[in-house]
Amino acid sequence: MSIAITTQIICFTVLSFIVLIGALGVVLLESIVYSAFLLGGVFMSVAGLYLLLNASFVAAAQVLVYVGAVNVLIIFAIMLVNKKEDLKPINDIKSRRIISTSICLTLLSLLIRVDLTNVWSLSSPQNSIGEESTIRIGEHLFSDYLLPFEVASVLLLMAMIGAIVLARRDVMNEDISTGLPVDQELIEKSSEPLLTNKN
Amino acid sequence: MEYGLDLEYSFNEFLKGFGLSSEIAHIIWLPLPMLLVLVAAVVGVLVTVWLERKISAAAQQRIGPEYAGALGVLQPIADGLKLLVKEDIIPAKADGILFTAGPILVLVPVILSWLIVPFGQNLLISNVGIGIFLWIALSSIQPIGLLMSGYASNNKYSLLGGLRAAAQSISYEIPLALSVLAIVLMTNSLSTIDIVNQQSGAGILSWNIWRQPVGFIVFWICALAECERLPFDLPEAEEELVAGYQTEYAGMKFALFYLGSYINLILSALLVSILYLGGWGFPIPVELIAKFVNLPVNAPLIQVFTASIGIVMTVMKAYLLVFIAILLRWTTPRVRIDQLLDLGWKFLLPISLANLLITAGFKLALPQFFGG
Repeated sequence: MSIAITTQIICFTVLSFIVLIGALGVVLLESIVYSAFLLGGVFMSVAGLYLLLNASFVAAAQVLVYVGAVNVLIIFAIMLVNKKEDLKPINDIKSRRIISTSICLTLLSLLIRVDLTNVWSLSSPQNSIGEESTIRIGEHLFSDYLLPFEVASVLLLMAMIGAIVLARRDVMNEDISTGLPVDQELIEKSSEPLLTNKN
Repeated sequence: MEYGLDLEYSFNEFLKGFGLSSEIAHIIWLPLPMLLVLVAAVVGVLVTVWLERKISAAAQQRIGPEYAGALGVLQPIADGLKLLVKEDIIPAKADGILFTAGPILVLVPVILSWLIVPFGQNLLISNVGIGIFLWIALSSIQPIGLLMSGYASNNKYSLLGGLRAAAQSISYEIPLALSVLAIVLMTNSLSTIDIVNQQSGAGILSWNIWRQPVGFIVFWICALAECERLPFDLPEAEEELVAGYQTEYAGMKFALFYLGSYINLILSALLVSILYLGGWGFPIPVELIAKFVNLPVNAPLIQVFTASIGIVMTVMKAYLLVFIAILLRWTTPRVRIDQLLDLGWKFLLPISLANLLITAGFKLALPQFFGG
């Protein structure tokens, strides 16, 4: 066995273990901060798996988008709202657990079915494009995948508008969650710079 | 146009001369460039720390380090040794695991990014196809480490510093990436080697700074913000936050932050010189010099000359930028957090977007100057 293949196998084993254990940790750990950091680790290892598949652009994009943006935002949000509160015990926890377990098992069986029925081997002989993949991805994004690509940006725009509406309550006449009229004067006061009040 | 020294090839040939197989030669070769880059990065930090001390002293009409070696050149080594032997303290109420992992997560991506810094045609660790994009992706990991250490310190100043660092690095990453994108548009490649080669046509005249003046300024501002250097050092603003996310750190863990920030500064300076100042290129093209002394470009003498001048030019350009960064640090006041975010989102982002659009337009209109 050549060195390249041995390294590949070792890397694959280590990365898959990190992905599996990390994902379990994200779900099972009590502390939400640990979960968030572990999620970052899982994203990183998935990027490593992409690297093993010779998809370096996808790997870098994975790191940039998932680790650098999504995960940082999640951690950011957790740290801004780091409120310790005692959660109320849920009374019908047993039935909820049964329902969620069955949903998860159904999803798992669906995935296993896809795995078994799909033909994974490539039709063409192993001609890995490697470094050229960046160009190919670009071509596809601007030709046959143009619509999904643009629709994704509309989705992001919607999310952004939603966030702005939630954050800037002063643009609304009534509170979104309660329906009560908003005290505009209070908002004016809070958004006024502190320095102007001093003299 | 493949000229220059190929050290890996000659090293492997040398080892094969002793009867080793090519695979073993490759394994022996592998750690060497990594070690070399690590040493180069650390020595670069030592030089930068000395420069910082001396230039700040000059800016404040002091003498600065004087007794440790000639002109105090050994002062940074003394600093490093002091940090090395200090007690490694983890505060009692801090979160031990995250507290330790934070500085590592800050330092590792920065050192990894040196992978793509070329000092010559073949003088880099790996000519990855995604080149400069790798650096952008890796530098986005850093805020996680900062948030981690800020949270784990269990200290409000640390947490605030970490949050500020993350906010700052998220907002300045976008204009940074957009101005890099304009360069990539002109080069038709993400590889740092191609980016330098594209600027090597007519010496100083073909450098990207003339074609991308706006991009150059935006990139430099964003790089300073990403390094948390002084007009933008809010995450560790001493007067407000003690020392930001580093408040609780001591000894080697603090040294990791320190190393990380200085390595990042040198890396940013190197990347500015690669993207905008012609990388290893001499202001006068080497072909002209070769023609002047009547030697072919691939003569051994010219090759050694090219390689050494490549390293010297890259380092010189980078240190010129480091000098400017240090001068900026000791002469400018700090911006407020709202000014910082305004500058990032309302000024740099639209400007870099417009720069990208104009570059694309020029590329279509004048393909001979802007890479067809």
